[in-house]
Amino acid sequence: MEESKRLKREAIGIRKRTLEIIFNASGGHTGGALSSVDILVALYFNVMKIDPGNPDDPKRDRFIMSKGHSVESYFSILARRGFIPDNLLDTYGKFDSVLSGHPTRKVPGIELNSGALGHGLSVGVGMALAAKRQGKDFRTFVLMGDGEQGEGSIMEAAAAAGHYNLDNLIAIIDRNNLQISGNTEEVMSIEDLGKKYEACGWKVIEADGHNMKELTHTLSGTPVKKGKPTCIIAHTIKGKGVSFIENNISWHHKVPTAQQLTDATKELNLKKEIIDNER
Amino acid sequence: MSDSIIPCRTSFTNTILEEAKKNKHIFVVTTDSRSSVTLENFANELPDQFIELGIAEQNAVGVSAGIALCGNNVFVCGPASFYAARSLEQVKVDVAYTNANVKIVGVSGGVSYGALGSTHHSLHDISVMRTFPGLQVFLPADRFQTEKLTRHLAHSYEPAYIRMGRNSVPDVYNSNDVFTPGKAKTLLNGNDISIIACGETVFHALEAGKQLKNEGINARVIDMYSLKPIDSETIIKAALETNHIVTVEEHSIYGGLGSIVAEIVSQHHPVKMKILGIPDENVINAKPLEIFDYYGLTAKNIISAAKELLF
Repeated sequence: MEESKRLKREAIGIRKRTLEIIFNASGGHTGGALSSVDILVALYFNVMKIDPGNPDDPKRDRFIMSKGHSVESYFSILARRGFIPDNLLDTYGKFDSVLSGHPTRKVPGIELNSGALGHGLSVGVGMALAAKRQGKDFRTFVLMGDGEQGEGSIMEAAAAAGHYNLDNLIAIIDRNNLQISGNTEEVMSIEDLGKKYEACGWKVIEADGHNMKELTHTLSGTPVKKGKPTCIIAHTIKGKGVSFIENNISWHHKVPTAQQLTDATKELNLKKEIIDNER
Repeated sequence: MSDSIIPCRTSFTNTILEEAKKNKHIFVVTTDSRSSVTLENFANELPDQFIELGIAEQNAVGVSAGIALCGNNVFVCGPASFYAARSLEQVKVDVAYTNANVKIVGVSGGVSYGALGSTHHSLHDISVMRTFPGLQVFLPADRFQTEKLTRHLAHSYEPAYIRMGRNSVPDVYNSNDVFTPGKAKTLLNGNDISIIACGETVFHALEAGKQLKNEGINARVIDMYSLKPIDSETIIKAALETNHIVTVEEHSIYGGLGSIVAEIVSQHHPVKMKILGIPDENVINAKPLEIFDYYGLTAKNIISAAKELLF
């Protein structure tokens, strides 16, 4: 119970910081950054074997942010976990900052330069294959978007993961149902998503992408089936945490005004109080 | 041409097998191209360092980056036409931008596939690959240069694109020749004109240089096998000392060796140039050497181009 509460509090803090840096930079991908927060918190604060003091430890678990546009919550997590100083976040969006609008390896803790969609799963397959071939027991986690599933290269990667029985590979799909132009099923249907991965030899699990207990339990329990890569379809809400941002496509890359930032912070603070008062 | 001359791709696979036997961190990845690349021995002898990914170049380059990011040196091999087009974004992002230690080995490059048509030709690859920051570009001229280059790449940590042809090509070098990475190789000295070539056109450039010499024209013949890094010093020196430059390449006349040389000389010591390559059209259906002849990439036309510049 206490662990779940700790993680939920962290998620509130990450959401606040995410909105702050988007506001300061006058740019960012607000909706998708917020929908991924709980998944990132579960991974970085509970599930993954990582050491911020030794970010290149060969034994570390690997994380690939394939939906690179969710970079603001990713940077916020890396700062909160101690990979980068928190005040570095204030340079985001500023001239010559080390922090780009998509992830790069210039930032300690980041494994892959990403931003073009449909790349992360292949790189994750490579890492998982290298681990298998070289007798290493780290796991590789790849976070993808649902709109991103339109990229054909993902199915090439999914087939290879199944073919090589990469049970050390875990794909997480941030299934918030929205992409830049609208609902994923209206823009270009991606369903039946689970069956696609199953057909490639994966074990597929559906999860609530905002339920910390369920997320940590599911992610920690991987691989679920020996010899099979795991695909977790994490059902999320785009813009999660702030009522006026949630489920609204205009917030894909809309920047909050000063007033909206204040309102959002107030709402998140209230949510934190509720968490604090939980038994 | 002697039957005993192995194609560059076989020289590459023989050498990388030797190197990989000594280094478990060398991996070879391919896309249903093990016979086309001549990787059968590698696959049989080092199965743990060999990865087959089927017909999926985009995935193959991404997977190679993933393996490389775990501390390995990965050679991803297949037809140049597909790696330089289908998987170009993976080369740009996962390899070059990410700085993953991946060597993209494009075999049967240029017009090697002859009458198979433009789908199988790679005549744009120098042009695109050289614009990715951090990605080196090499076109070896023969089996000996391929071997030395492969040994160098087996010990290097930088991403690179290497293009070689499908068929055996006459020797330009011998097994004792050495190459300095990033430095051109001057094959013939002369101060009347410079002929700069790369890849399989080097042999024809050298033939042209020898024949010109017989006619009293002293041509300098330079093998620019390293397109990136580029040996600007040798190019500028050629411009200063010979005042005329012919470039010869198995590539579009846009963006390749000729463009590179022109970029350099125009900014340092402009001289008259002729750029010989494939014009802006889809290549005729013919055997590779016939295509070379048709588009003027063999000695006869190189000589004519040199004379046109000089007289």
